[in-house]
Amino acid sequence: MKFKKLLSLGLVLTLSICALSACSQSASSGSASGKKVIKIGIFEPATGENGGGGKQEADGVLYANEQMPTIEINGETYDIEIVNLDNKSDKTEAVNVANKFISEKVSCVIGSYGSGVSIAAGPIFEEAKIPAIGGSCTNPQVTEGNEYYFRVCFLDPFQGTVMANFAKQNGYKKAAVLTQLGDDYSEGLGSYFKTAFKSASLGGEIVAEEKFQTNATDFKAQLTNIKNSNADFIFAPSSITTAPLIIKQARELGINAKIGAGDTWENGTIIDNAGKSAEGVVFSTFYDENDVNATAEAKSFVPGFKEYLKKTNQPDIIPAVSALGYDAYLAAYKAIEKAQSTNGEKIKDALKTISFDGVTGHISFDETGDAVKNTAYIKEINNGQFKFLTTTTIG
Amino acid sequence: MNLSIILQHSLTGISLGGSYALIAIGYTLVYGILRLINFAHGDIFMMAGYFMIFSYSIFPWYIAILVTIVATIILGVVIEKSAYKPLRQSPKMSVMISAIGVSYLLQNLATYLFSALPREYPEIPGLKKIFHIGNIYASLVTFLTPVVTIVLVIFLLFLINKTKIGMSMRAVSKDYEAASLMGIKLNKTISFTFAIGSFLAAIGSILYFTDRMTVFPFSGSMPGLKCFVAAVFGGIGSIPGAVLGGFFLGIGETILIACGQSTFSDAFTFIVLIIMLLFKPTGLFGEKSIDKV
Repeated sequence: MKFKKLLSLGLVLTLSICALSACSQSASSGSASGKKVIKIGIFEPATGENGGGGKQEADGVLYANEQMPTIEINGETYDIEIVNLDNKSDKTEAVNVANKFISEKVSCVIGSYGSGVSIAAGPIFEEAKIPAIGGSCTNPQVTEGNEYYFRVCFLDPFQGTVMANFAKQNGYKKAAVLTQLGDDYSEGLGSYFKTAFKSASLGGEIVAEEKFQTNATDFKAQLTNIKNSNADFIFAPSSITTAPLIIKQARELGINAKIGAGDTWENGTIIDNAGKSAEGVVFSTFYDENDVNATAEAKSFVPGFKEYLKKTNQPDIIPAVSALGYDAYLAAYKAIEKAQSTNGEKIKDALKTISFDGVTGHISFDETGDAVKNTAYIKEINNGQFKFLTTTTIG
Repeated sequence: MNLSIILQHSLTGISLGGSYALIAIGYTLVYGILRLINFAHGDIFMMAGYFMIFSYSIFPWYIAILVTIVATIILGVVIEKSAYKPLRQSPKMSVMISAIGVSYLLQNLATYLFSALPREYPEIPGLKKIFHIGNIYASLVTFLTPVVTIVLVIFLLFLINKTKIGMSMRAVSKDYEAASLMGIKLNKTISFTFAIGSFLAAIGSILYFTDRMTVFPFSGSMPGLKCFVAAVFGGIGSIPGAVLGGFFLGIGETILIACGQSTFSDAFTFIVLIIMLLFKPTGLFGEKSIDKV
């Protein structure tokens, strides 16, 4: 009995020490230093189905913060403090986290990976007059009708059209679409692809439309139906958790159709997990680290961020979402600089007027708050690596 | 829909049902003996997946399987000793809440230790060999899963009905106070039950993940819930019931998806649960008396 009591006492002590040290960490970076502080929130999933991608986007922001830790406002130097909260890839949790940002009095929020959570939290940021800058949330509804939501990436209607064009130009005529139920990103992108592919100008045929549940691991039933439809192109925009499963199970069922998806699939885990089956998979993305037409910002970002990846023990392939996270931070930085204020409303007004070269290209925002971008990169998995295929410019 | 498509769908359904059945037995076994719904079972199953990934990177596959099984059994028994045993005299509700706590602990521990990114599950040589008969494609593991399930069920029924340890398990399930008065070693019997439950989770996880190839911290939660429903459907506490429930849910789900109704594939599981609880709360083969949990 005595031993048990000691054990439990020990456990309680360790836990409370952990809790205390966590407290002191956040407190010390606050007002204790006597310097003025402006807070920027990272609104990304660290857990849940998008936890992996969310972390990569947050890495981009954290790296940017390392590079630009202070800002001059009205002649005074402010420390930029990052408030990093996890929205858990969950729409309910996203709303809770958004409210936490308000009580933390952040001036501006960056995120989120996954359009669904951004759409859920949008109205809260708008009401609190906190501008939010999305990194990779591509669904149109994120910024639509919300004056305070901006984003540095292109949109799903564009991305869907790009992939539909790519499929048609490469001689695929019958496409199947496989999407995740209740996921704004997946269903949205799937339907834009569908519309573009069967439009009069492309004239393709959609032969199968299948859906799957969140956290599903078995896609054989859906894939059997797709196989039966004789599709030669499968468009399956989905999270990176499901991607390797879809790819492998499709090949296992003897499906030889080309598999394509959207930006989320640019993640090394797909190659690690799907191995040989992933060969030939295509997707559109925001950025290519080997782009010859890269901006000056990109040229200094690539080596610096690779160093950062090495330091944190990650593979040194730069994920596009990290570049976007960096650009979102840059947009916030430029806007705060221009507004010369920590006030959310003034930063929002400044965001509408800024124009600068980011890592992923030139960035300025249109009336809805979307970055004006018309170029997508298409990449293919080739010999276990992401290989740049072509850029597509529309409009 | 032609014959080969129907056959392909049936194979998928039976294989999915087989792995559901294996996990469902784990629930039912522990409930049958302890009257405890071990909500952490799905997460023990997930941890078994990670054990396999790590042991496979060190050992050859046959030793890796052994290490996985042993590690999972140790995990199950340790959970029982640390989180359930101290609460044995408390109301049933406390133990159940403790089980839910363990479930969240394991999920978050796995997220912390292994990150939320999916990890590749190793390919055990031969298991992924793909057979195709005409237009039907399936890997060996698809055929193997239902067979292993049936063999293990026969082995379990033998263990419970014919051996001495099985007899003490049955005695404990009737009345554990009386059983311990009769000289049955309570702690040993209960630990043994958890060991068997975890053993099944380990085997189930090897079959399930070999077919699905990736493990992430939440990959145990949905199968866990569904198999709990399967156990309730068959009558919680009854092993043949759990097997039947597992196959029923696996096949039912596949049929729904095959008909293009994937929207309802998860809802189907829980509608089955509600209907069963409304009309036959003891399940198909359940005992007549109901304990309030």
